[in-house]
Amino acid sequence: MDSDPRLAAAESHQPEGFSRAAFLAGLRDTAPMMLGIAPFAMITGVSAVAAGMRPIEAIGMSVLVFAGSSQLAAIALLAQGAGFAVIVFTTFMINLRMAMYSASLARWLRRLRPATRAGLAYAMTDQAYAFSVLRFRREAAMPRRDYFLGVALPLWILWQIGTAAGAILGAQVPAGWQLDFAIPLMFLALLAPAVRDRPSLAAALVGGSLALALRGLPFNLGLIVAALAGIAVGVASEGRLGGERPAASEDAARQGPKPQQPVQR
Amino acid sequence: MSGAALWALFATMGIVTLALRASFLLLPERTTLPPLVRRALAYVPPAVLAAIVTPALFAPGEVTLGLVDARLPAALVAILVAWRTRSVLATLTTGMGVLWTLSLLATRAG
Repeated sequence: MDSDPRLAAAESHQPEGFSRAAFLAGLRDTAPMMLGIAPFAMITGVSAVAAGMRPIEAIGMSVLVFAGSSQLAAIALLAQGAGFAVIVFTTFMINLRMAMYSASLARWLRRLRPATRAGLAYAMTDQAYAFSVLRFRREAAMPRRDYFLGVALPLWILWQIGTAAGAILGAQVPAGWQLDFAIPLMFLALLAPAVRDRPSLAAALVGGSLALALRGLPFNLGLIVAALAGIAVGVASEGRLGGERPAASEDAARQGPKPQQPVQR
Repeated sequence: MSGAALWALFATMGIVTLALRASFLLLPERTTLPPLVRRALAYVPPAVLAAIVTPALFAPGEVTLGLVDARLPAALVAILVAWRTRSVLATLTTGMGVLWTLSLLATRAG
């Protein structure tokens, strides 16, 4: 049952058939992102073979997992000889934000058939979520399934082609090029925008230094201890170090992602 | 890890990721995340990414300059570029560029 009558009215206008206009609107929104995704996909493919995978394994990973940061993390951990459970746990941690996206989009997508919802969920990315939540909030009549597909499907195709190309080309590159170094570089580039304020800097410093100190532990368990300690320090230092108010971050989780803020110092 | 174990790993990673993505889309309507979990989620990216990258930066590479691995100065330059530009491409190209330059110099000198 819907408590908001306007939302209920908009729901009744959701078309039954495929909306080409909505798909194209999604495609237009996602097009500028592709320039950034293509090299990310290729590097993931290159790193996978640099870490000892066969190209077919790198391609299979992209199809089965389809989540860039967690794929790169798994590749880095496999290269360090980490165990099965540690890699699965790391995947869980890195992709935990997807549960937040799914909570935020649920009210717009819940009228779709469960199989459709599961299909859209498989294609969920940071980009698909961010664009969808902005559009759905502003345009109640936007056909949601087809807009979401317009954003998500091109990214999925690009990700598969990019990692496959990287894996096949990467297999030809001699080891002297040290392409495996692209993995930590990629993580540095992802880490920079994640450090937005002092509590998140504290989380990164604790997570990083503890992981280094505990790297001798079996199965890379040090990574998990370090990550959990970093998260705990981040939460505990909120307010004390002048980060986001708990109320503000809760609101952000409900409303969707904020545009990247400039660093406050 | 190789062969069947690797494919089992990818399948498990895929199931875990799909479960997270589909969670609230398929759960009953009024299910929500507890506030503390929401706050903690904000610190997952910095803590986890830093915990992955730091040991990798100190892992031994192929070229050393005296006592220092060539990867360390390359990483320091890359950190500076990542922090200033926030560009993945700029971070990758300068980091690899510095590593290749230092490796070339080291092999010439050695």
